[in-house]
Amino acid sequence: MTRLSGGVIDRSRTLSFTFDGQAYQGHPGDTLASALLANGVRLMGRSFKYHRPRGVLSAGSEEPNALVELRTGARREPNTRATVVELFDGLEAKSQNRWPSLSFDALAVNDLFAPFFAAGFYYKTFMWPKAFWEKVYEPAIRRAAGLGSLSMLPDPDAYDKGFLHCDLLVIGGGAAGLSAALTAARSGARVILADEDFRLGGRLLAESGPFTDQSVDAWIAGLEAEFASLPNLRVMRRTTVWGAYDHGIFAALERVADHLSTPGEGVRQTLWRITAKRAVLAAGATERHIPFANNDRPGIMLSGALRAYANRWAVRPAERVAIFTNNDDGHRTALDLRAKGVEVAAVVDSRAEAKVLGDYPLLAGALVTGSRGRLGLKAIRVAQHGRDQWIPCGALGVSGGWNPNVHLASHHRGRPVWDEAQQTFLPGEEGPPGLIPAGAAVGEGSTHAALMSGARAAVKALDALGIKASPPNLPEAEDRPLGLKPLWHVPGKARAWVDFQNDVTVKDIALAHQENMRPVEHLKRWTTLGMATDQGKTANVTALAVMAELTGKTIPETGTTIFRPPYTPVSLSALGGGNTGTHFRPRRLTPTHVWAEGRGAVFVEVGQWMRAQYFPRPGEKTWRETVDREVLATRAGVGICDVTTLGKIDVQGKDAGAFLNRIYCNAMASLKVGMVRYGLMLREDGQAWDDGTCARLAEDQYVVTTTTAQAGPIYRHMEFCRQGLWPELDVQLISTTDAWAQLSVAGPQARVLLERIVDGFDLSNAAFPFMACGELTIAGGLRARLFRISFSGELAYEIAVPARYGAALMGRLVSLGADLGATPYGTEALGVLRIEKGHAAGNELNGQTTAQMLGMGRMVSVKKDSIGAVQSRREGMAADSRRLVGLVPVAATDPVVAGSHLFTEGAVHNTGTDQGWITSACYSPHVGSAIGLGFLTEGEARQGEVVIAANPLEGQAIRLRVVSPHFVDPEGGRLRV
Amino acid sequence: MLIPHPLLGPRDAGEFTYLGDARLLERPDGLGPDAPAAFHDYVYLRDNIAGVQRELWFHEQGDRSWLVVTRDTLTHEILKAELARDVVLARKEAGK
Repeated sequence: MTRLSGGVIDRSRTLSFTFDGQAYQGHPGDTLASALLANGVRLMGRSFKYHRPRGVLSAGSEEPNALVELRTGARREPNTRATVVELFDGLEAKSQNRWPSLSFDALAVNDLFAPFFAAGFYYKTFMWPKAFWEKVYEPAIRRAAGLGSLSMLPDPDAYDKGFLHCDLLVIGGGAAGLSAALTAARSGARVILADEDFRLGGRLLAESGPFTDQSVDAWIAGLEAEFASLPNLRVMRRTTVWGAYDHGIFAALERVADHLSTPGEGVRQTLWRITAKRAVLAAGATERHIPFANNDRPGIMLSGALRAYANRWAVRPAERVAIFTNNDDGHRTALDLRAKGVEVAAVVDSRAEAKVLGDYPLLAGALVTGSRGRLGLKAIRVAQHGRDQWIPCGALGVSGGWNPNVHLASHHRGRPVWDEAQQTFLPGEEGPPGLIPAGAAVGEGSTHAALMSGARAAVKALDALGIKASPPNLPEAEDRPLGLKPLWHVPGKARAWVDFQNDVTVKDIALAHQENMRPVEHLKRWTTLGMATDQGKTANVTALAVMAELTGKTIPETGTTIFRPPYTPVSLSALGGGNTGTHFRPRRLTPTHVWAEGRGAVFVEVGQWMRAQYFPRPGEKTWRETVDREVLATRAGVGICDVTTLGKIDVQGKDAGAFLNRIYCNAMASLKVGMVRYGLMLREDGQAWDDGTCARLAEDQYVVTTTTAQAGPIYRHMEFCRQGLWPELDVQLISTTDAWAQLSVAGPQARVLLERIVDGFDLSNAAFPFMACGELTIAGGLRARLFRISFSGELAYEIAVPARYGAALMGRLVSLGADLGATPYGTEALGVLRIEKGHAAGNELNGQTTAQMLGMGRMVSVKKDSIGAVQSRREGMAADSRRLVGLVPVAATDPVVAGSHLFTEGAVHNTGTDQGWITSACYSPHVGSAIGLGFLTEGEARQGEVVIAANPLEGQAIRLRVVSPHFVDPEGGRLRV
Repeated sequence: MLIPHPLLGPRDAGEFTYLGDARLLERPDGLGPDAPAAFHDYVYLRDNIAGVQRELWFHEQGDRSWLVVTRDTLTHEILKAELARDVVLARKEAGK
C-alpha cells in the first residue's frame, strides 16, 4: 500500500475488491481509482483507437481514460469511470477494450498503423470498393468499435422516476454551492442542493487548508448538522443534475444504490425531474492538460487530480513525482506533495518568470517534451534553455489552467464567451433563464471568491422571487491568483494527445486544418474529438486553441463549443424508469378479462387493450380450428363477444344533432330517437377517417362509437370541433368507453337468448327493429342499453351495462344460452365474421381511402357542411375509381394474402400497372376457402373477372376471382328478421 | 415546458397534445362560394414560425380544454395561454 497520512477515508474498515481478477483492498471513502492507485495500479485501460495503455487522468467525472466494467452477470456495466465509482466490499471490476489482457493487448498493433487511423480515416479508408462496405468494412469496424461490452441480459434492478419542486436548485456542493445553499436555506426558501459526489465539499476536499481560520472538515460537519435541521432544504448526494430544460425544469440522476453491491429491495437509480424557480450553477471547473509528446502514459495526470488523490484519499501515486505547469496552481500540488513527504523531482514551469514557492526544484521557462515507460511513466524529457534532460519520475501532474464547467449554462444554446484575462470560456448571457452561474463555473475559482460568489448568487436568485436573504458568515479562505500564461500544447513531431478517449492528437487537428475541416463542428466530426462518454470535457477547449493557433485566429474567432445534455452518461435503464416489459405503457383490461382468462382465452394486444383473441377448447389443435368453430357457432346459433374497447362518446345538448351533422359526412340530425345510424367521419383533407354507430337515445342525447384504435384521436377531434370551431353550439361531450361494458350478441338465436335476460322488454322485430336502440333494465333491475346493430351480418344486438357488471352479464348469457349453443368468440372470429359480411374496419380505413372507395360516396352529404366534405370532392379524390371488392381464389386451396397487390392477368407487375391491393384476408368457414377484401380499379364493374394477387416478397402470384364484398347474405335479410 | 393553463395554473407540457398553428380555428364555410380554394389553404397552408406563434394545445391528460398558447418557438417562452373557446367566441362576436 502506498497510503499517505490524512485523507477523508475510514481506515478503521477495509473493503476487498478485485480488478481483472486480482484481489485488492481499500477503505470506505475510496473510489475505485483511488483504491487502485493506493495499491500501486497505474494501468487501468486501453485507448479506443490505438489501444494505448492508459491510467487515470482525473479525479472526477470528467475522466476519459479509466473506464472499467463493473460487476458480473446481468449487472455487468461497461464504461463506468473508476474515478467516480464508490468502492464497496466485493466490488468486481474489469478492464475493457483489450485482448487477451490489459498489459498485453493484441490490438495495440493499431498503434503501429497510426498513420492509417488519422483524422477522417473512417471517411477515407473504407470508401471502395463500394461492395465491401456492407460485407467487410462495416462488420469489421463494428467489431473493433466500442469500449466495454453489454451483458446482453435484462437489467435485474428497479429504477424510478420522481418529481421535485423548489424555489432554488443549487447544482454542485463545493465551496460556491455550499455557500449558496446555506444562504438560501437560512432564508426559509425551499432549496434543493444536488451534488454528484457521495461527500459534500467538492474541491474543498481535495485541497490542504483552503480556509485560514478553520478546518474544512469542521466547517462541513457544522453545515451538515445545520442542513439536517432545515426542513426546507433537501440535500441530494450522489445526484448529478445533467440537463437544463425549458421553464426551470432540470433532469437529475440520483445513484441511490450504485455504491452497494446490489440494491436489495430498493431502487438502483432515480431519475428526478426538478422544477426550480431559480437555479445556481456551482458546477466548478475542470482542469486542462497540456499536450506534449507521448503525454498519455499511465502516471501522467492532471495536477489537481494528483493533489486530490494525495489530500482526499491519502494516495501517493509514485515515490517521485514531477509537475508540468503554466500557472501557480501546479506549484500548489508540489507544495502539498512535499508536505506529505513525497519527493518532488521537479516543477517544470513554462513561464520564464516563474518563482519557486517552496522546497522543490523549479525549472522555469522549461517544457516537457517527451516521456518514457511502456505501461507506466518512468521518466520525462525536459527542454530548458535549448538543452534536453531526462528526469526519472513515476507520476507527472500537468496543469494548463481551469475550464469553468459551463455545460448546463449552454443547454439552451447559450454560447460561452471567451474571457481574455482568464484565458477561459465563461457562461454566456443566453443560457437557461433563471440559472445563475457561481464560483469556479463562472471563473470565481479561488476558495474565497467561490464562497462569496455562491452567497451572492443565492441572494440575487431569491431576490427575484421576493425572498429576502443575506450572506452568512463564511470562512476566511485563500484567494491566490493563478498567474496563468497560456500554453496550449508543446510543439513537436511526435504524437501529443488532446483527446485521450478518442485518441485525437495535435497532428490530427493539424491534418483536419490542412483538409479544411476548420469550423469546430467539422473538426469534431472529422477527428471524433469530444465524442463518447466524456464528451471532450478535458479536450474540447484545448483542441479549439490548437486550431486557433493553426488558423492564426483568436480562440473566440475560431469558435466555441457548446454542450448538450447529459452532463455525464445516463443509463437507458434510468431514462426508462419502470416502463419496461408489460409496464412499458398502461394495459387496459376489458370487463370480461378475468372471466375470459378462466375460459382459457388467448389474448392479443389491441392498442393499450388486451382483448380475447379466441377461446380454445380441449382437443382443438390449431387456432384456426377454434376460430372456425366460433364463427360457425355464431352463424348457426349465437355468439357473444366483448366489444367494450370500441370508443363510446356521449353527446348531449340542445344542438347535439347539429353538432354531429358537422362531424359525420352523413346526416345525423334527422335520426329518430330510438334509432341507430352508421356514421362515417372524414378528415378535413377528405380522406375517410373512422366509422361507427350513432345512437339517438333522446332528443338531446346521442351515443356515438368509434373504432378501438381511434377512440382517443376522435374524442380529441370532437372536442376540438366543439371548443375551437363551434363553441356557440349547446353541446357537451364525455368519453364513456370505460364506463359501459358492451357485449355483442350475434346469431339467429340472439333474440331468444336476450329475451331470457331482459325485464319484460319487447324484443319483437316490430317493436325493436333492425337499427333500433333503447334503454331498459335486465336481470331484475340492472340498467342497460340495447342497440340492434350487426357487424357479423347476423341478427345481432349490442348490450351495454355499467362496466362492473360486464363479466357477470357475459357469464350469465353464456350459461343461459347453453341450450342455444351460446359461444364466446374473440377478435379473430369477429374479424372473420365482418370480412365475410364485407364490413370495412381499420384495414380499409387506413387513412389512404375515401368514402367512394368504400362504396359510400353517396353518403357524403352535399346539403350540409361537414368536416372533410369539401376536400373529398376534389378532382383527384373524386376520380379515384378503386372500389371495395371481395376476392376468392380460383383454386380453392390457394391462400389470400393481405397486402398483396392486384394486377390484370398477363400484365407486368409494377407501380404503373398496379390495380389496387388486398386489405383484409382470412379463411372463411362459411365460403369454405380463403377470402379477401380489397380495393380494385373499376372494382364495381369487374365482378367475375380473374385478377392476379402478387406478393413479390414471397414470390407469390395467385389468381383470384372478383366477387361481391358481401360473402354472407348480400341482401341483408338475416339482419332484419 | 410548463403551460400556464388559464383555469388550472402551470401544468406540465407532457399533459398536453400539440396541434400547431392556431389558424386551424378559422375554418372556412363549407357551403361558401369559394369553399374549395378556402379549404385548400385552410388544410395545407399552415404556418410554422421561427418566433412568436399562436398554437393549439389540448389538455388531454387534464381537463380536456383546447388552449391557444402564444409561444416563442425559438426560446420556448410562453407569452399567453387562452381557452380556444374564448378566443373563438370573441372573434365570432366581433364578426357579428
